[in-house]
Amino acid sequence: MTKEEIISQGTLAYKKPTLLNDTQMHYCPGCSHGVVHKLVAEVIEEMGMEDKALGISPVGCAVFIYKYIDIDWEEAAHGRAPALATAMKRLWNDRLVFTYQGDGDLACIGTGETIHALNRGENITIIFINNAIYGMTGGQMAPTTLMGMKTSTSPFGRDAKLHGYPLHITEIAATLEGTAYVSRQSVESVAAIRKAKKAIRKAFDYSMAGKGSNLVEIVSTCNSGWKMSPEKANEWMKENMFDYYPKGDLKDIGAE
Amino acid sequence: MEKEVLLMKGNEAIALAAIRYGVDGYFGYPITPQSEILETLTLEKPWETTGMVVLQAESEVASINMVYGGAGTGKKVMTSSSSPGMSLMQEGVSYIAGAELPCLLVNVMRGGPGLGTIQPSQADYFQSVKGGGHGDYRVITLAPNSVQEMADFVKLGFDLAFKYRNPALILSDGVIGQMMEKIVLPEQVKRRTDEEVVKQCPWAATGHTKDRKPNWITSLELSPEEMEKNNIRFQEKYKEIEKNEVLYEEIQCEDADYLIVAFGSMARIGSKAIEIAREQGIKVGLLRPITLWPFPKDIISEYADKVKGMLSLEINAGQMVEDVRLTVNGRIPVEHFGRLGGIVPDPDKVVEALKAKIIQ
Repeated sequence: MTKEEIISQGTLAYKKPTLLNDTQMHYCPGCSHGVVHKLVAEVIEEMGMEDKALGISPVGCAVFIYKYIDIDWEEAAHGRAPALATAMKRLWNDRLVFTYQGDGDLACIGTGETIHALNRGENITIIFINNAIYGMTGGQMAPTTLMGMKTSTSPFGRDAKLHGYPLHITEIAATLEGTAYVSRQSVESVAAIRKAKKAIRKAFDYSMAGKGSNLVEIVSTCNSGWKMSPEKANEWMKENMFDYYPKGDLKDIGAE
Repeated sequence: MEKEVLLMKGNEAIALAAIRYGVDGYFGYPITPQSEILETLTLEKPWETTGMVVLQAESEVASINMVYGGAGTGKKVMTSSSSPGMSLMQEGVSYIAGAELPCLLVNVMRGGPGLGTIQPSQADYFQSVKGGGHGDYRVITLAPNSVQEMADFVKLGFDLAFKYRNPALILSDGVIGQMMEKIVLPEQVKRRTDEEVVKQCPWAATGHTKDRKPNWITSLELSPEEMEKNNIRFQEKYKEIEKNEVLYEEIQCEDADYLIVAFGSMARIGSKAIEIAREQGIKVGLLRPITLWPFPKDIISEYADKVKGMLSLEINAGQMVEDVRLTVNGRIPVEHFGRLGGIVPDPDKVVEALKAKIIQ
């Protein structure tokens, strides 16, 4: 029985966005990326920007996002996505230009490009997946790794004397004059997913309205890197990550 | 109508030619001796006339990645820098070559290594013609020897870049960038509309329409079989470029017993040197590679059977001389002469070197 036949037998209560294709994702079961991909696809569809959206994928687990969401993509060098986005938006002002980056990509090697693109007020959106770890390369310490957190390159736990402190780049972004909307969300529950979607929609709307730069951080799990079951990873995130990275809007020029 | 003859620096000529050629975007970072390119562009305000984007980036790393982003959308985009800045850009150039995108780079060379000096040099020859960044790739490398060629090579560079979907580089130096000469600028060309870009570049990331598959601009391919295929395709393209696009100039080569091989500013010193040598009764010709990659192998090989020796004249420790020697393959003596540290040799010293190293 085909998917269409199954659907035709009952009332369609829910469907995945058309932009999200049927390619099997390479993400680990329990990873937050799949949910955020779906939200991005839904928002683009709801805005009717399918033929105007230009995405920039990072180096990290989401490097292959272009295989899953059927829009045009450019795949950046590690950390440089905001530089690509800057040029793409300036050269194609009516396009919806956004990057999708992890914490190693955005808050470490690409800190310079991130801060300067945001501070110039480029009319782009950065979707920032923060799982406090380098997922793709096997769970090394990231700038966002929590104090005491064990990773493959901080096997005895993150130690301030050795490694310094977790970088709160979203808080930094909120202080920049070029940013319009800066928000921190998560996707571990239906309620959280709905809020995250609203934040992405607002960021994309602001980008298209030319209000300035937008950053939506999604505090995420990396159950494989954290070496936990998906369920345990969600619990661990709620117990530990949200203290370091409190959720909510950090800046919204529309609300001021 | 008579054409307007202007007096300007090589760097200014590049900037004005870029506007006139209908370039869509320039992304750069200040560095001596090429900052006049960005300065001239911002002074001209082409965003108010042709609609060209001009942006001062936060670093050379950002500049080249802006170029990568813009090139992936099919727009005509460029950057310029000088040696240390070009080193920073090499990762980005590798990505652009790997993603098969057209763009124009300008390197107004200064002396290295490291922070080196702000005086002219040709020591980035290896970096320019052998790839520069990681992986097997090539950059089409044009070597202007005048302010006029600085302007003319903007069009030539973009035409070749788009013909082969490959980065092209104007490899200049502090002499050509800073000196002032008479020049006739090209006519103003209208920038392509977005619709024209979409039509001309069906491969570009311009927004996914239903009549085609989504476009992915990437250099990534994890399957070794596919990645090998990609690399073979690149190599075939490079062979085509080597076959079709070699450019060089011959000055008094017909009756020459000896040949000076020199590019860019040193070709000008070389042409004075052959005058001096001929006054002394030594028949010397000058072969000036205009494309450094593809290297003019065939013509140099022909002359290897006609002349008694070649002197590769470069302001570096001897880089192009390796390619001349590879081409000559031991048939005749090939030596190098040059100065280092930003010093440009006098023509009479070139003749002395020719006598000492080749004629003996």
